[in-house]
Amino acid sequence: MLSKNIYEKNIKTKSTRDGFGEAILELGKKNKDVVVVSADLAESTRVHNFAKKYPNRFFEVGVAEQNAMGIAAGLALADKIPYIASFGVFSPGRNWDQLRVSVAYSKANVKIAASHTGLSVGQDGASHQALEDIAIVRTLPNMTIIVPCDYNETKKATIAAAKIKGPTYLRFGRPASPIMTTKASKFEIGKANVLLKGSDITIVASGPILYEALLAAKELKNKKIKAEIINLHTIKPLDKSTILRSVKKTKKLVTVEDHQIAGGMGSTVVEMLSENFPVPTQMIGVRDSFGESGKPEELWDKYGLSYPHIIKAVLKLIKK
Amino acid sequence: MKKHSVSELKKIANQIRQDIIVMQNKAGSGHAGGSLGMTDIFTSLYFNILNHTPNNPHNPLRDRLVLSNGHICPVLYSSLARAGYFPLVKLKSLRKINSSLQGHPHNTALPGVETSSGPLGQGISQAVGMALAAKLDKAKHYIFCISSDGEHNEGQVWEALMTAKKYKLDNLINIVDRNGIQIDGYTKDIMPLHSLADKYSSFGWRVLKTNGHNLKEILSTLNKAKNTKGKPTVIIARTTMGKGVKFMENKYIWHGKAPNDKETKQALKQLQNAI
Repeated sequence: MLSKNIYEKNIKTKSTRDGFGEAILELGKKNKDVVVVSADLAESTRVHNFAKKYPNRFFEVGVAEQNAMGIAAGLALADKIPYIASFGVFSPGRNWDQLRVSVAYSKANVKIAASHTGLSVGQDGASHQALEDIAIVRTLPNMTIIVPCDYNETKKATIAAAKIKGPTYLRFGRPASPIMTTKASKFEIGKANVLLKGSDITIVASGPILYEALLAAKELKNKKIKAEIINLHTIKPLDKSTILRSVKKTKKLVTVEDHQIAGGMGSTVVEMLSENFPVPTQMIGVRDSFGESGKPEELWDKYGLSYPHIIKAVLKLIKK
Repeated sequence: MKKHSVSELKKIANQIRQDIIVMQNKAGSGHAGGSLGMTDIFTSLYFNILNHTPNNPHNPLRDRLVLSNGHICPVLYSSLARAGYFPLVKLKSLRKINSSLQGHPHNTALPGVETSSGPLGQGISQAVGMALAAKLDKAKHYIFCISSDGEHNEGQVWEALMTAKKYKLDNLINIVDRNGIQIDGYTKDIMPLHSLADKYSSFGWRVLKTNGHNLKEILSTLNKAKNTKGKPTVIIARTTMGKGVKFMENKYIWHGKAPNDKETKQALKQLQNAI
C-alpha cells in the first residue's frame, strides 16, 4: 500500500537510518534480550538514544568493526539478540570474514545494521559509499537480507528482524528520503509487495531509490505504458513467485538499485529468472565504477540511476 | 562433572595424545603438533576445572570453552569424546566426508563445540561477547578462551583485549599457547611478539604464567585466574609443540602435518611406554 500523496511536492521525507534508530529504541523496551554493539558511529547510525536509555545493553567497542562482529557473535551464541551498527563500508565491508565464520557459518543470531549505503551517502565520497555490500553478504549461506525503502518500512523491518532467528543484514541510507509507504502498509520478511499494478513492464526496486521507479511509472503512464512496480525489500530469501507472476504477465523487466549491478539485487532476480522464465531485461545500478562526492540526486543522475534513466531503460525494452 | 586428580589427569592426557595420533593418521592431514602441545591444558580443563554437563551440552549455567585457534581441534574432539559428549568411535571420522568432526570446529555440527573457528583471531572477540552476556545476566559461569601465540599477529586480538579490559570482564580467562611456533616457522622470525606478558599487562589484563605440561601448576594457575576481580586474566602457557612424541617436539614442520603409518606406530609406542 502506497501513501496517498506520493506524487505531491510536500511528500514527507525522513531517512531510513532514523527509522532504525526509533525502532531499536522501541525494541529495547519490548525485548530485554536486544542489545546493541556500536563501533564509534552511534549518532550517525542513530543508536545513540538506545545508548542513553539502555546503557547496560549498549556496548561501545570503538573503531574496531572486526571485533564488533565477533562480540556480536558471542552475544548471540549466549542467546542475546545483538544489532551491530556501523556504516556499510565498514560492516560488512571490513569485517566480512568475521561475518562469514563467526556469524553466518555459526548461525549466530546477529542483526547487522548498515547505514550509509549507496551513492546516496553523497558528499563523503566513494570511500564511504557502500556499493558492494549486498553482493558480499548474499553469497553467504544462512543470511537474510532486507533493504527497506523508507522510514516506515525500516521500522517494521528492524522489529521483524528480532523475531526471526538467524543472521540478518539490514541496509539503510543516510539522507532524508520520501516516505512512500504508510504505517499500515503490509510488511513481511520474504514477501515482495506489488505497489502499482501494470501489464507492460515489471520494475523491481529495493531501498529508497524505489521512489525513482515510482516517478518513472508516473511519466510512463502519460506515454500509455503501464508499469508494475514491485518493492523487493527482502533480497534473500527471494520471493520468486511474486516476481515470476509479474514477468509472466509483462514479459519485460527493469531492476533498480543503488548498488553495483554486479552481485546486487538485480543480479539476484536475473539469476532466478534465467533459470525459470528468462525475459528481456535492463538493469539500473552502478556499472563497475566507484562513486564520488556530490549531492545524492546529482550522483543518481550522473551514474544513471535517476528516473529519466529508468524511463529510457523501459523504452528500450518496449521498442524491441 | 567429577574433578579428577593429577594422577588421573596424567592417564587421561596420555590417552588423548594417543587419540590425536590415531585420528590424524586416519585423517591423513591436520595439525598434530599444536594438539599434542595443548593436551595437558585441555585435560585439566575438561576433567577438573570446567563446570559442564556433557549429557546436557546446552546447559545455560555451563562454563564455555572457546577454541580460537581451531586447527588444534583434534585435542578438543578427543577431550569432548572422552568427557562423554559423543561416542569415541566418532573420532575416527575426523576430516572425512559426512562427518561431524570437521577439519576445523563447527558449532552446529557437534555437541560441546561452542563456536566455529579456523580463520585466526576471532575467538577472543566471541569470548568477550559471551562474557558480556554473562555479566548482563548476572550469571556465574566462566568463559575460557584458547588462543595461540602466532594468532596474536591478528589485529582483531588486540581490539578484543581492549574491550575485555574496558568492561572489566573478570569472568574471562584467555589461555595463550606459547609454543613459539607458527605455520611457516618460529614466531620470533615470522613476527616477533617479544614479551606477551608486558603487552597484556599494558592492556590492563592480569597476567599469569604456567608451564603448560605441569598438571599441578596448570590447575593452580587456572584456579588463581578464576579468583581475579575487576579485570580479565591471561594465562601464558609455555608449551612444547608435539609434546609427548619425541620426533615431533618443537619441530615446526609438525604444525600442519599428520603422521604416516610408520610414524604413528612409533608415536603410539612412545606414548604407551610413558605411562
